[in-house]
Amino acid sequence: MPRALIEDLVDGALRVKAEGLGAVRSRRQALAGRSVVNCFFEPSTRTKTSFELAGKYLGADVVNFQTRGSSLEKGETLEDTVRTLEALALDVLVIRHAVSGVPERLAQAVTIPVINAGDGFHEHPTQGLLDVLTVYEARGRIDGLHLVIVGDILHSRVARSDLWGFLTLGAYVTLVGPPQLLPSAWHHERLRVTPYLADALKEADAVQVLRIQKERQSLAGLPSWEEYRAQWGITRERAEQLGDHVLIMHPGPQNRGVEIDSEVMMRTASQISRQVTNGVAVRMAALSWVLGGADEH
Amino acid sequence: MSTERTTGVRIRGVRVIDPFRDVDSLEEDLGIIDGVFVRADDPELMRFPALDGRGLWLVPRIVDMHVHFREPGQTWKETFHTGCRAAAHGGVTGVAPMPNTTPVIDTPEWVEWEIQRGRDIGLVRVFPIGAVTQQSRGEALAELFRMYQKGARAFSDDGRPVTSSALMRSALSYAATFPAAVINHAEDLSLAAGWCNEGALAQQLGLPGTPEAAEAVMVWRDVILAGLTGGRLHEAHVSSIESLNAIRYAKTQNFRVTAEVTPHHLLLSDEALARWRYDPVTKVNPPLRSAATREALLHAVKAGDIDVIASDHAPHHADEKNLSYAEAPYGISGLETLVAGALTALVDPGLMSPMEVMRRLTAGPHRVLGLTYPGVVPGAAADLTLIDPRQRWRVDPAQFYSKGRNTPLAGMTLVGQAVATMVQGRWTMRDGEVLDEGLSNLH
Repeated sequence: MPRALIEDLVDGALRVKAEGLGAVRSRRQALAGRSVVNCFFEPSTRTKTSFELAGKYLGADVVNFQTRGSSLEKGETLEDTVRTLEALALDVLVIRHAVSGVPERLAQAVTIPVINAGDGFHEHPTQGLLDVLTVYEARGRIDGLHLVIVGDILHSRVARSDLWGFLTLGAYVTLVGPPQLLPSAWHHERLRVTPYLADALKEADAVQVLRIQKERQSLAGLPSWEEYRAQWGITRERAEQLGDHVLIMHPGPQNRGVEIDSEVMMRTASQISRQVTNGVAVRMAALSWVLGGADEH
Repeated sequence: MSTERTTGVRIRGVRVIDPFRDVDSLEEDLGIIDGVFVRADDPELMRFPALDGRGLWLVPRIVDMHVHFREPGQTWKETFHTGCRAAAHGGVTGVAPMPNTTPVIDTPEWVEWEIQRGRDIGLVRVFPIGAVTQQSRGEALAELFRMYQKGARAFSDDGRPVTSSALMRSALSYAATFPAAVINHAEDLSLAAGWCNEGALAQQLGLPGTPEAAEAVMVWRDVILAGLTGGRLHEAHVSSIESLNAIRYAKTQNFRVTAEVTPHHLLLSDEALARWRYDPVTKVNPPLRSAATREALLHAVKAGDIDVIASDHAPHHADEKNLSYAEAPYGISGLETLVAGALTALVDPGLMSPMEVMRRLTAGPHRVLGLTYPGVVPGAAADLTLIDPRQRWRVDPAQFYSKGRNTPLAGMTLVGQAVATMVQGRWTMRDGEVLDEGLSNLH
């Protein structure tokens, strides 16, 4: 995503928030008569609900297309999936898929706009945008700040979207986690990749704590969750050593006692719930932008 | 063969590149009567039409020793017939089909069936490869000797590795008594978790990657077992720098180890992902590797560490390749770009002589498969390919005779093209058109 677009969308989200999320709906009905379909090929509650709310606040009709258990599953060619989706005659498709690249390939094939709501290990662009927004609100800038992302970087789409977003806006990024879960081959002058958490936290302005995805067994190369917590968990002790100015974020849902301690959650509760609110604002900005209404707010 | 001399052709002014005899003659006249080469001054030749071969190369017995013809069992992807047509179209006169069909070619009866299919079709010589283990399950050896007696020329569980070291040891030592080579698809499955090469591009695209080590740890194991047993080992589709080190080591120790590369690993690196993105046309096993590895493979062919260039022709139906990157099957349809791909990768940039590249498409596979062929000499079967070395052409899979149109070389310009193929004195392809009307059986 180019810098100008990220800035537009974050500005859009800020304007939405300034007006009040629900206020837009009553005053403008910006997307009245337009239809948004949530097409989630993988379970999601936060992102799906967030897109649904965003669409409804803008006055759009939101349809949740049930895909789990339907024929839009294993074995159907992407062409056939496209035909089904186009037959639904919608204005915008919001797609979540467990395989990297599926939203991109569908977007090339359909004539209506597609928003990627997370694909495989690839990207989760609206999550990246809302994290940028959250840090921007707290610190007033992104340029020159230092973001630390902790966790299973290799299998995280959130890590990638945060990484590209923050780097594009001039931040420094450190990726930290177990060496077998770190990318081996990324190079950027403002990017550092390290297994040493204490080291990484020294310069942090914000810390993104990734969810440990137990269901993906991405920690197969590690002895135990306790061992993970001992080396990479944001424990109470580690959090206390961070200055009060350091933001601690988590895309949720949290595994308390693994990647983040309950006590830390208490300290950061407001921050993490702000991430959820910002998620709706960012998705409103994104929907408005793809449907051509970005400048009307 | 008929005793009456009824068919023949003269080819004039052609450059004969014959790796079997190490002959590269600039302009030669030669003749073919009733399926075999004859002396150029054979008086009977004058009865037959002459073909102007100036500007063309004549190469005998190009064999693609790694193809998947999908029959029996997966005929929506390819059949023996379409596979043989693809071979003729690509300028190939012999093929060694891999046994990972449904069912697996693991009995002498299936080996006979393959040979008979090849003879009936009459377009290309078929040298079957039998499975190493029963149903290629990696549990117990198949009847290697009985398959060998019926014409299997090597053994492989290709598509998957022989994972058990004990079984690999047995296979190598047992097959050495015929003798025949064991061809391994080296892949440590516990390391090979990905769909493409582990590297910057895969990681950016969020596609799980497989490191080169997944191949190399097994190539090193195989080399050590080849040393232990004295068996004949051939490593299929080598794609890693450490594998090359293992093969070099084996050769310095005089182990009986040979190796092959594919044109797609010589022509493309994982940078192809940047162009094709999530289109699984690039999904192949082993994956397209880094630019540095591609360079190392090219130089390994030049240095003689690599004995064979083979296509690993793996046709799939378009519907299968139109699935997500996760679900789509591995493989590239490669028979029709084998010869041109090898020339483009190695001769066009001036890295190797035509003779040395052609050796890896002819004498190289003959040696691995234990085949004998005397070269372009009177009495030898007239199996040959005419190549126009200057022809530049764009790969258009719609022109393929194979059912599989899946290739990331699509749209690429290749330099050099097979313009005619002859098997046993009969044209099987002229100017890009496969000639399979009224062919009698091969023998």
